[in-house]
Amino acid sequence: MSLLEIKNLKKSFDDNVVLKDISLSVEKGEVLAIIGPSGSGKSTLLRCITGLEEEDSGVIDFDGTFGLVFQNFNLFPHHSVMKNITNAPIRVQKRKKDEVFDHARELLRKMGLEDKEDAYPCELSGGQQQRVSIARALAMNPDILFFDEPTSALDPELTGEILTVIKDLAREHMTMVIVTHEMAFARNVADTIIFMDEGVIVEEGSPDEVFSSDNQRMKDFLGKFYD
Amino acid sequence: MILSTVIQQLLEGMITSIEIFLLTLLFSLPLGLAVAGGRMSRFRPLRWLMKLYISIMRGTPLMLQLIVVFFAPYYLFGISLSTEYRFISVIIAFTINYAAYFAEIYRGGIESINSGQYEAAQVLGYSKLETFFIIIMPQVVKVILPSVTNEVITLVKDTSLSFVIAIPEMFTVAKQIAAADASIAALLVAGLFYYVFNILVAFVMEHIEHRLDYYE
Repeated sequence: MSLLEIKNLKKSFDDNVVLKDISLSVEKGEVLAIIGPSGSGKSTLLRCITGLEEEDSGVIDFDGTFGLVFQNFNLFPHHSVMKNITNAPIRVQKRKKDEVFDHARELLRKMGLEDKEDAYPCELSGGQQQRVSIARALAMNPDILFFDEPTSALDPELTGEILTVIKDLAREHMTMVIVTHEMAFARNVADTIIFMDEGVIVEEGSPDEVFSSDNQRMKDFLGKFYD
Repeated sequence: MILSTVIQQLLEGMITSIEIFLLTLLFSLPLGLAVAGGRMSRFRPLRWLMKLYISIMRGTPLMLQLIVVFFAPYYLFGISLSTEYRFISVIIAFTINYAAYFAEIYRGGIESINSGQYEAAQVLGYSKLETFFIIIMPQVVKVILPSVTNEVITLVKDTSLSFVIAIPEMFTVAKQIAAADASIAALLVAGLFYYVFNILVAFVMEHIEHRLDYYE
C-alpha cells in the first residue's frame, strides 16, 4: 500500500478552480517532484495535503507524521536555532529533552550548522535559515517531508546548498514530495516527476519519460526552460 | 505654606495616583487582549459589539466616562453610593477606557504577524492556544511596545482626571492647596511629580525594549 494516496482531489477559491481532479500516490522512500508553471496549482496541492487548505472534495489517505519546508522558511524569529528545532518535539510530541537535543545537534551537524545552535534566524543567511527549517522539519521524525519551492527565495549560490541537502536526504531514502522550479534538480533527484498545468496532472512518470514527453504543453514548458 | 508641608500633604495624593495607575494597568492590559480577541472574532455580533465599545470609549471624553461610571448605579438602580465605590468607579472607568485603546494596539500587533508563522506552528502540531502564547504573542509584544509606552505615559497624566469625582489623588489635592494658599506652588510640585513619574516609566519601557532587541 502507498504511504500517501490522493484520489480525485478538487479545490476552488471562489470561482477559480485551482485543482480540477488530482490523483496520485507516493511510495515509501520515493522522491516525487512536482513541476509546472506558476498558478498551476502545485503549491495548493501541497497545502491541501498538509492541512493548510481544506479540499472541496476528494480523498487524502495518509496515516503518519509529516514535515513541511516553506518557501520563506517561516522560522520563529524570537527563538534560537536550537529552540526552533527542539520546541515542537518536546512540547507537541512529548519526547525526552536529552534525546531531542541530541537529535537536533546531529541534524545541525548534517546541515553543516553545528556552530549555530545559539544563533537567531536573523543572524543567518537565507540558505542557513532554510537548512535550519529542514532540520526543524526532520526533528519531528516525519514519514514524509514536503517542500514548497524551497529555493525560490534564495539566490543561485544558496540554492545549491539546499539542493545538496535534499539530495543527501534522497540518498538516505527519505520520502519526499518537492514542489520546485529547479528542472535540472528535479530531473536529477526525483524518482517520479509530475507536471501540472491549470489544475490537472498533464504528465507523470520517471524523469526520462517526462522530459522526453510528446505532450505539447510539456514541451512548451520545457522549451522555455532549455532556452 | 512652606514647601515641605505642601509635599507632605501631596504625598497621600501621590500614593492614590500611583494606585490608580497600577490597578488600571493590571486590569486593562489583559482586558484589552480579550477585547482584541472579540474584535477579531469570526462571530460577527461579538465583533460588532466590540467595535461599538471601542468606538464609544475612544470617541467620548474620559472625564465624562468617569462621571457616568460613578453616577450610573444611582441613576440606573437607585443604589446609594458608598465611599469605597468612589475609588472603585475610577478604576472601572480607567480600565474600560484603556482596555479599548490597548485592544486596538494588540490588534495592530497581531495582524502584523506573518501568516507563515501560524502555518509553521500548525504544521509542527502546536495547538491554537500554544501557537498564540508561544509563537505569536512574544512577537506581538515586541512590535507593540512603543505604542504601549505611549499609552502608559498618557495614563500617568490621565490619573489627574479623577479630580472630577473628587478622588483625593495628587491633582485634586494640589488644586485644593493652590486654592487655599492662593499660590501655584502645589501645582508646580504636582507637575514635577507627573514628569518624574513619566521619566521613570520611559526608562523602564526602554529597558524592556532593549531586552527584546536580541532578534529582529
